[in-house]
Amino acid sequence: MNKKQKKMLARILLSAVLLIALLFIPVSGVLRLCLYLGVYLIIGYDILKKAVKGIFNGRVFDENFLMAIATVGAFVLAIYTKSGDYTEGIAVMLFYQVGELFQSCAVRKSRKSISALMDIRPDYANLKRDGEIEAVLPDEVGVGDIIVVQPGEKVPLDGVVVNGSSTLNTSALTGESIPRDISEGDEIISGCINMTGVIEVRVTKEFGESTVSKILDLVENASSRKSRSEAFISRFASVYTPIVCVSALALAVLPPLVRIFALSLSGQWETWIYRALTFLVVSCPCALVISIPLSFFAGIGGASREGVLVKGSNFLEALSKTDTLVFDKTGTLTEGVFEVTDIRCESTDASTLLEYAALAECASSHPISKSLIKAYGKDIDRSRVTDITEISGKGVTACVDGVLVAAGNVKLMEKMDIPFTPSSSAGTVVHVAADGAYLGYILISDKIKPRAKKAVAELKKQGIKKTVMLTGDVESAAKQVSAELGIDELHAGLLPADKVAAVEDIIAEARSGKVAFVGDGINDAPVLTRADIGIAMGAMGSDAAIEAADVVLMDDDPMQIVKAIGISRKCLRIVYQNITFALVIKFTCLLLSAFGIANMWLAIFADVGVMIIAVLNAMRALKVKGI
Amino acid sequence: MKKTYGIEVDCANCALLMEKAAGKIEGVTSATVNFMTQKIIIDFADGAEVKKVMKDVLKACKKVEPDCEIDF
Repeated sequence: MNKKQKKMLARILLSAVLLIALLFIPVSGVLRLCLYLGVYLIIGYDILKKAVKGIFNGRVFDENFLMAIATVGAFVLAIYTKSGDYTEGIAVMLFYQVGELFQSCAVRKSRKSISALMDIRPDYANLKRDGEIEAVLPDEVGVGDIIVVQPGEKVPLDGVVVNGSSTLNTSALTGESIPRDISEGDEIISGCINMTGVIEVRVTKEFGESTVSKILDLVENASSRKSRSEAFISRFASVYTPIVCVSALALAVLPPLVRIFALSLSGQWETWIYRALTFLVVSCPCALVISIPLSFFAGIGGASREGVLVKGSNFLEALSKTDTLVFDKTGTLTEGVFEVTDIRCESTDASTLLEYAALAECASSHPISKSLIKAYGKDIDRSRVTDITEISGKGVTACVDGVLVAAGNVKLMEKMDIPFTPSSSAGTVVHVAADGAYLGYILISDKIKPRAKKAVAELKKQGIKKTVMLTGDVESAAKQVSAELGIDELHAGLLPADKVAAVEDIIAEARSGKVAFVGDGINDAPVLTRADIGIAMGAMGSDAAIEAADVVLMDDDPMQIVKAIGISRKCLRIVYQNITFALVIKFTCLLLSAFGIANMWLAIFADVGVMIIAVLNAMRALKVKGI
Repeated sequence: MKKTYGIEVDCANCALLMEKAAGKIEGVTSATVNFMTQKIIIDFADGAEVKKVMKDVLKACKKVEPDCEIDF
């Protein structure tokens, strides 16, 4: 609690005690009125002041005005009817203040717990200057400076490790709990926590440009982009309050006038004025006005903790309505790294085949050669290899242990007149022959991410109607991947520009539901922008992706997409619950009070009670673990 | 020129009204009030006197909510 809230709490307690005490003090007449008025002023003076100021500033129909009119009205009524029952006016004010206090505490608390979630802002950096280490603000470190990160400290700026090795905890950024090993030459990003060893880092980005600043900026500004539900509430509130005030006035004046002039009965002014006041208390729109943005804020905060950054409430809302998901293949569903996935032998064993291929290709820096050498795994003894000849676009021939090895594609085999077994598998095929005899082939392909299949299945379970895969690869290679993952539709052989056109077609087809595009942000920024929701994956460190996307997944696990949609659905469910709940209770109570069934106490519940329940419900959006 | 200040605002609806009020002040190109982070982001017009403009902004916000405070 801050100072303002503590003061409020003291006022509430004092007036509550005084109010109870007054019930046991038998005073009457003017003295009684003065005592009760004193208590009323203790609890409500600020509301009265705000109400009066509001009138002067041209804001007639706000909450303060409603409360002031309702409570002052209750007093006037009590004086007029000589009932001496002043408790009600005070009680209404008291409960209103309790509600306000609770609301401000709840908002403050949620704000705090959300900022605690996002506690990745580094406080200092250990700058190494002339051999001495000095703690400075991260802002003061320039590009090219060397900083030292001790175990247990946050990495303050993005950079490259120049000395030492360690393990990084990236969970604050990605929600991923498996630590990441780093050593000399590795790039590291700010916001991670260094766990084991001391490392020296050459800074590559200023603090303002570093990952941690970008993420904080993104999350903090997220709630400035209003969703349609929020816009609806603001519009609703601005129409609703004047209507309620006019209705209350009509309720107070019209029925008595009708009774007097049309029915020649007594006016029963006090009954109708009481009903009008009850009506006013019920009508406060705060439950809606506060709980809707709070739900979104909590949802966005909770999501960011799980490594899902949502750039605005509007995107969270759109994400929950997604029914078509378009994936980019490479880097999103597949690793984007080439690996040996199959070895087919004709006349020798797999390890010999791989050994020949790896040795023959050992001088090349082509990604295919690298993946062969990686799969071979042992140190390469270059002295075993002589006469290496690269035949551009075909492959390589070399003399390995005195055997002439040819490793390459179909064209190489044809050129050398070696009969071979053609392969129908997707990927790059390296045929290997020794001394003119065909040995077999090695298949190298991009590996599907381990959890991609599960993610696609889970998305179906979530009610995603259509999944589409876009790729620049040839149809045959792509088809195998899409079939294995259970993707509904495939567009292969696309240039980056074609992908935009493909997404546009899909959007035109989808009509009601939203179309989300998931990519790794490397060359699909235009598509990310064009889709209803652009989701960038594995964005740790990629500026282009953070810029272009609406939702950024810090991790490159496809299950994060499932999680993001789950979080958005939960958040929106809470928003709709709150809207429905608040409106139904409000309108019921408004009707009840208009017909004189509801008294002031029910009215207070309709105002404060509904708000408290709505705020508590909104806070559920923070809990996103296990979605 | 964009600057961010801390602002003390108690209700979400008031934040919205303050945003509108602050945006109309002379020397302010646009204003955004972020209720959740309790921040007001002001985009000043070229050559605006920041101190003077902020005084006007505070005055406008106080009209919406009398006990509003801005740190500047």
